[in-house]
Amino acid sequence: MEFSTSGAPHLPAQTRVNKIMLQVLLALIPGTLAMTWFFGIGVLLQIILAIVFALALEWAMLKLRGRPPGLALRDYSAVTTAVLFALCIPPLAPWWISLIGMIFAIAIAKHLYGGLGNNVFNPAMVGYVVVLIAFPLELTRWLPPTELATSIPSILQSLQAVFFGNLPAPLNWDAVSQATPLDVLKDGVEQNLLISEIRQSPIFGDYGGHGWEWVANFFALGGLWLLWRRVISWHVPVAILATVIFLTLPAWLYDPSVNPVPLQHIFSGALVLGAFFIATDPVTGCASRRGKLIFGLGVALITLSIRLWGGYPDGLAFAVLIMNMFAPLIDRYTIPRAYGQPK
Amino acid sequence: MLAPIGTYLHSFPGGLKLKHYKAMSCQQSLPVPRLPLSAEYVIPVSQHSGSEDKLIVTVGQKVLKGTAFSSSEQATGAAIHAPTSGLITAIEARPVPHQSGLKALCVIMEADGEDRWAEMNPCPDYQELTATELITQVRAAGIVGLGGAVFPTATKLAGTEKIHTLILNGAECEPYIACDEILMQQAPEKIIQGAQILCEILAIPQAIIAIEDPMENCQKSLDKAILQAGAEALIKVVKVPMLYPEGGERQLVQVLTGEEVPAGGLPLSLGLLVQNVATVAAISDAIIHGKPLLERIVTVTGNGIVAPQNMVASFGTPISELVDFCGGYTPSIARLIMGGPLMGLALNSDSLPLIKASNCILGLSSADVSSTQPEFPCINCGFCVSVCPAGLLPQTLQTMIRSENFSALEPLHLEACIECGCCDYVCPSHIPLVNYFRYGKDQLQQLAIDKQKSTLARERYELREQRLEKQQTERRARHQKRKQALAGSADKQTSIAAAVARAKAKKQQPEGSDS
Repeated sequence: MEFSTSGAPHLPAQTRVNKIMLQVLLALIPGTLAMTWFFGIGVLLQIILAIVFALALEWAMLKLRGRPPGLALRDYSAVTTAVLFALCIPPLAPWWISLIGMIFAIAIAKHLYGGLGNNVFNPAMVGYVVVLIAFPLELTRWLPPTELATSIPSILQSLQAVFFGNLPAPLNWDAVSQATPLDVLKDGVEQNLLISEIRQSPIFGDYGGHGWEWVANFFALGGLWLLWRRVISWHVPVAILATVIFLTLPAWLYDPSVNPVPLQHIFSGALVLGAFFIATDPVTGCASRRGKLIFGLGVALITLSIRLWGGYPDGLAFAVLIMNMFAPLIDRYTIPRAYGQPK
Repeated sequence: MLAPIGTYLHSFPGGLKLKHYKAMSCQQSLPVPRLPLSAEYVIPVSQHSGSEDKLIVTVGQKVLKGTAFSSSEQATGAAIHAPTSGLITAIEARPVPHQSGLKALCVIMEADGEDRWAEMNPCPDYQELTATELITQVRAAGIVGLGGAVFPTATKLAGTEKIHTLILNGAECEPYIACDEILMQQAPEKIIQGAQILCEILAIPQAIIAIEDPMENCQKSLDKAILQAGAEALIKVVKVPMLYPEGGERQLVQVLTGEEVPAGGLPLSLGLLVQNVATVAAISDAIIHGKPLLERIVTVTGNGIVAPQNMVASFGTPISELVDFCGGYTPSIARLIMGGPLMGLALNSDSLPLIKASNCILGLSSADVSSTQPEFPCINCGFCVSVCPAGLLPQTLQTMIRSENFSALEPLHLEACIECGCCDYVCPSHIPLVNYFRYGKDQLQQLAIDKQKSTLARERYELREQRLEKQQTERRARHQKRKQALAGSADKQTSIAAAVARAKAKKQQPEGSDS
């Protein structure tokens, strides 16, 4: 009897790229729901909008590159990019922010570099940084947590804000939007206020920003689930969080009146989301375990530097992109010792 | 001071916890059946990893069971023998189970049905043998590593290093394969005796039998056999955790000793001799009974086989006969594999002969084998890194091989890859990583050969240039000398005129005689 042959191993593979991406998306659900709870329906609106643009651009780029779009559209990588981007922008940002962000993320950062697996820079962060630099006004219109808000936009009002860029009367941007905790912190420090004075603002919660800290908690929950499922390895998140604590703890212990408590750093801004979901992007990260630790260390160092001395209140997106540039270099010097090689 | 090997277990990086299907073939009562005689046997001349032996039989020769077909004078050779008595009908190239799919030289033999043994040379008083005699007998018996790697056993034994521990590898880690487990239950005394022979003659002070955690029955039978042989002080059974590829020689050494076999070396350089349990049992047969290696226990199993079981079968038997003995194939049979599902060789036909490396014949059903889903690009997820027992970066290796960047492979140590298939199994992009690594290794080998050739060619060219130059200078010197000699002669003109005259005379003479 004749048989068809194939190279070993003969067992079916355990998992598939789309399953990995799907798990990442599932892990984002608790944090996303928490964010919707605190910042309104606009969060979900942005996610849907970004996904639509991302899939359309993915399809168009694959067509232009002469690749069959079916398989790639089903790998959920564009959806993951879209969701991560949407979670970074203000919930009521106009629709074209999302479009421009996705053009830079999907068309330029991803497909012009060769598509899935070949991109040098984290696509979601490329998209975010482009709109952050190009449209500073729209990108700073963050809403306060609903509990603190004086007026909460309804679904219809949110839709109008997103699609027409204006708020129906009597709402206006000054009333609706509010500075983020990191903005407040930065401004306060620049005005030589003490941390205790800055934290008088109701925008702060127990250790991070009000509402923000809960969002971060739920993102961390999703991240821990990914760790447990071994979709991501512990190296990058642990390196980032440990570096932040190690660098901010001595400063806080030395003078807590001008240096915020380390937890404040961790639970504000995009740090938790970034540590578990953004900096762990395998394609643009490092290959070896040691490389991943160095990568995480670098992300934390640059993020903190931008927070302390830079012009932006948060710096995770820049930090990730800068470390993306260093990843190949780090890889070169962190090749693990193979079995049987001298120790 | 002896290393307290086995008292404390270490670990190796990576590995896979795989579901085991050993029980599938182990429902039978012991001893396992012996496959009936076949009508025709096809015995490949080279069944081991080493140099090819010289055939010493001819077509038409009648042979008895156990007659050597080849002489094993070479250091890395291993003889082959007649699996039964009968007539050699042909010596020709036939398809054999090999990665290349090419034909190889085989001895084809017709059985006479009598199964008559040739005269054997038993040596029950093995204590009298010297190490050299032992090695010679092991080589003459054609014994090779029966764990699947078929490395000539005599070569391992011939090392000059001082051995402090003999490790018997019973940690059969591939799912489905159960032949060693069966052997340890059916004939533990042979394993113990083989271990005693090796320890006695090679002056090895201790031996360890490594088995996997769930092999409770093996532990019992081995312990009993050790007690009966009175070898409690010499041999110890150690259970190692079930983790693929634990049974790999290098991984087992790491688990038992915490040390790594140096790159390019053998466990011998650590003072360890590692042998598969079946190999040691074969040594016992060869020395005590004088029987060469003619047969082995084979696991025939998988969802593609009607009645999976273990059996004793002779080398050279068509694989189809083993399958028929198990009731044939189920309708879902999709792939026939020699070996395990992770490192085994997919066979294109069941007419191929059973060889020394055939520890298992595995029939996988269509549900068991990977469906050919399209490959995704590598996303650098690092799953492969986390399971690689050799500490490599499979994803980076794959990228370099794909881009034919072979010089980049050197710092990545592709040669350390043991092709265990763990990376393939976990790859979410379904990239056939091991296939790439095999290709990469072949290319590196080819590059090395090319380099050697070009070095040789350059050396030849340079030598030729030197030679030509030397000839040139010599010629010039000779010329100079003659010139000087001519110039020095007193009457140059006269001698020239005389020469001219001589030449003219010579020229005219034959013409004259012709006409």
